[in-house]
Formats: sequence, structure tokens, C-alpha cells
Amino acid sequence: MHEAVAQPAWALLAYLVAGICFILALRGLSKPDSSRRGNYTGMVGMAIAVATTLALQGFASIYEIAGAMLIGGAIGLVTARKIQMTAMPQLVAAFHSLVGMAAVLVGAAAYLNPEAFGIAVRVTPIASPSFVSIFPQSRIEMGLGVAIGAITFSGSVIAFLKLNGNMSGKPILLPLRHFINLGTLVAILGLIAYFTQDQSPWVFFTIAGLSFAIGFLLIIPIGGADMPVVISMLNSYSGWAAAAMGFTLHNSAMIITGALVGSSGAILSYIMCRAMNRSFISVIAGGFGAVASGGETAAIDRPYKRGSADDAAFLMKQAEQVIIVPGYGMAVAQAQHAVREMADQLKKEGVRVKYAIHPVAGRMPGHMNVLLAEANVPYDEVFELEDINSEFAQTDVAYVIGANDVTNPAAKSDKSSPIYGMPVLDVEKARTVLFVKRSMGGVGYAGIDNELFYRDNTMMLLGDAKKMTEEIVKALG
Amino acid sequence: MDFISILSIFVLACFVGYYVVWSVTPALHTPLMSVTNAISSVIVVGALIAAAAAGSPSSKWLGLGAVALASVNIFGGFAVTARMLAMYKKRERPDA
Repeated sequence: MHEAVAQPAWALLAYLVAGICFILALRGLSKPDSSRRGNYTGMVGMAIAVATTLALQGFASIYEIAGAMLIGGAIGLVTARKIQMTAMPQLVAAFHSLVGMAAVLVGAAAYLNPEAFGIAVRVTPIASPSFVSIFPQSRIEMGLGVAIGAITFSGSVIAFLKLNGNMSGKPILLPLRHFINLGTLVAILGLIAYFTQDQSPWVFFTIAGLSFAIGFLLIIPIGGADMPVVISMLNSYSGWAAAAMGFTLHNSAMIITGALVGSSGAILSYIMCRAMNRSFISVIAGGFGAVASGGETAAIDRPYKRGSADDAAFLMKQAEQVIIVPGYGMAVAQAQHAVREMADQLKKEGVRVKYAIHPVAGRMPGHMNVLLAEANVPYDEVFELEDINSEFAQTDVAYVIGANDVTNPAAKSDKSSPIYGMPVLDVEKARTVLFVKRSMGGVGYAGIDNELFYRDNTMMLLGDAKKMTEEIVKALG
Repeated sequence: MDFISILSIFVLACFVGYYVVWSVTPALHTPLMSVTNAISSVIVVGALIAAAAAGSPSSKWLGLGAVALASVNIFGGFAVTARMLAMYKKRERPDA
């Protein structure tokens, strides 16, 4: 217990206000209408936190700081403006890695100059030179902050490489990986405990080094479609890293924000896991989809119905209601604009059009919603799984584009299927299912065949998702 | 502030976070991630302290580096969130 960071009352209040701004920023996201104001509130909170800190330091080194902010800010703004909406998952992963790295740098800076952070006392033993001793409690907080920051950094870098296609999305399985991971984790925790006894540089930098390694090891065995969980988890970590640094600095804005971001990421991970009917542990343990990938040959010869764009246009024109089911394939093909055009054409013909989104469709939570919003699809035509699933039975056509496993009826009936128990969209209950797919050869992410392809009421539309949809638009016009 | 006060703030903020985040509509989960990303850059506070402090040049440079990284996130995160949120529109007229 120490009172080293004696901050003036106005500063404490200002940080509290900043923290409240951040709470309101998240609160604003409960509805699209209030979300923009929420985002501005967040900016105000950040401005307050930065201004307060600068003022507390008496604007020391202000030019260097302004320079650093200018460089960083310019890179951030240009990236934010140029990035394609389909690349959002990569961008978010990249941003997470920056928060992680910043936490590590702040931790290292605090370690090298603890007096500036008010977390140390100068000790002068008799007959030996004085030295700076960091408070034991601060050492734990600092160690945890650096460890979580480093894990966030290296984990996010791997997630980025996988999402960006620089690295295969397939899980990479090292032998004995559970053993190695567990050992490294135990070593990190042990070193943080030892750090309270010995503040030598090797302890600090070994904690950082091992944490970089474990972040890397934890993410490489996780496959592409588990990325929604991973990216939410890293989101959560970046929050906990900020909170740990907040404990070190006794800063309420950082602690409040860290707790908010930490719980936000944790809740999103939970929602994603539930949507895949998988436990968090099994996702983290990794390797999903690696086992079953040899199983695609068995089903290839089964008969299926194949249709053309004209057939699809004809069927949808006659329909009363069409539900569009987008998935990751739509993002890959950049087909969202074509889909919107198709929906517009159908609406002109008097057809009711809705969109159904599975929580894990795409590579991050809410991925499909953003793409549809980009294509000017009104958000009140877009429905979540539980809100629309009962409607498929009264729907004439379900248009599945780029989704696969999330529509597989085997999840409901086949106990031996790896996705058994996962909540799926009941597309097969629609009178006709139009399934857009590149070819019959490939299987979904889970590496299993989809029963749906061979049903009597399914018509396969084989081809590129975007081209196929554009052809349907032409056929409708 | 002593440790217990800080811990109290932390625990209460976790509860606030829990309830606030459950109220976020699933359609906005991607903007939620990008905005939480932007606000977690409040770590810039620590970076600013290091960058402004005298006494250790290496600590100062680490601080300036962290300021630059966090700034990418702050400006980029809020800007990309604003860009996404601007796209969410309601239907212009109700369907017949």
C-alpha cells in the first residue's frame, strides 16, 4: 500500500469523466441511431484523458510528443479511410497488436524509469550506493501488464497474418503443444512472482520474451473459422493489458476502460463460442477442422440439382418472400453490392426480401452486418438467427451465398457430425434453397459435407458468388 | 488512491461493462470491436508520462514509441468506427 502517485483532485475527476465518456460510448452502440453520438463521446473521453495527462506533466517534451502523435495519427487516419470493409477483421487484429505493443513499451518505460511513474522509492543502504526499488505490488501489476500486452501483440500479429492470407488459415499443430504452452504459462507466472523478490532486468525481459512466445504459440494452432473467437479474445486481452497498466499508474480512466474492453471481448468470445456450440477451451486448444479434411471424397458422386442464373431469377420472381443468407464467401467475392442490387430488383417485383445472419458468419462478430451496411442494405431488413429462424418455413426461396456450415442440417440430426448441436439457420425448411457455391468439390470450414446440397428442394448455383448474383440481376431486369 | 479503492473501481467497471455490452445490438458487434480498440488506447496516458519524464532517455524513447503506436489506434480506431457507423441506415420507406 503506498501513496506515491499524489495526483491533484481535478486530475482524478478529469480521468473519472473520461472513464464515464467511454462507458457512454459503448452504451451508444445499443442502437444504430445513437451509435454515432456514442463514438463522438468516446473521442471526447480520449481527448480529456490526453489533455489531463499533458497538463499534469506541465507540457514537458510537448514537441516530441506532438510529433509522435502526428505521425501515429496520420497513419491511423489514412488507414481508416483507405481500408476496404471486407478487410475489417485484419484491421482490427492489427490495431489489437498495436495496443499490445504499446502496453509492453509503457511497461518497459515504467521499469526503466519507475520514479517518473511514482512506483518506486530510493533506498540508501548503509555503506553501499543508493538504488531505486520498485514497490513489490507495482512489480506484479507491471509484470502482468507486460505479459498480457506481449501476448496480445504476438497473438494479434498471427491472427492478422492468417486473416490477411499471408499465412495459411489452416491450424498448425506442433507436437506436445499443450505441454509447451502450459509450461510457458507456468514459467511466466512463476517469474512474475519471483520479480517481487528480484527486480533484475533479466527477470523483466524474460517475462516479456516468454509472453511474446506464448502469444504466438497460442494462436498458430487455431484455424480460420475460429477467428471470430480469437479476435474477440484478443480484444479482451488488450483491455486487460490496459487495466493492468492502470493499476500500476493508479489511473481510473485506464482501469475503467480496461474493464470495459476486457468484459466486452470476453462477452463476444462467449457469444461466438455459443454460436458454434464449442467450449472456449476447445477453441483455444485449437486444431478444429484439421482432422476431417480427408472426408470430402465420399460424397462427391451423390446426385444434386444444378440450376442457372435464369432458373434462379425465375424462382425468386415468383416468390412472396426471399431470405438471403450471407457468409464468409460473400466477403471473399466482394458480392455484397451485387446482392443488394438483386434485392432491389426483387423488391420492384413486389417480393419481400430479408437477410438472415448467423452469429459466426464471416471472420469476426458482426462482419456480415457491416458489409451489408456498406452496400446500403437498411439494417432493419437484417435479422439475427433467433429472430428469423422460424420464418424459413413460410419462405419461398432461401438464397445462400458464401455460407455453408451454418446452414448444415446435420448439426440438428447427425450425432456423429463434428458440428452437431451448433445452432444453424433452418434454410432447408424454405420451399426452395438456392445455394451459391464455387464448385461441388470443396467442403465447408469444418471439413464436412453438407446434406443440404442433395435435398430435393435445393438447387445448386455453381460459380463465383459475385458473378452469379450479377447474372441473376441481369436475368431479373 | 489506495489499492482497495482502485480494485473497487475495477470490479464495478467490470459489472458496468458486462451489462452495457450485453445491450449492444449484434448488428453493431464489429463497430463495438473497433471502438473498444480505440478506447483501450487510453494506455497512451502511461506512454505520455514516460515520454514527458526526464531522467532516463531510453524510457523516454520507449514512451514516445508507445505514444505513436497508441495514436495510430486512437485516430484510426475512432475514424474507422465513424466510417462504419455512417453506413448503417434505416429503410427509407416502409415496404408495402
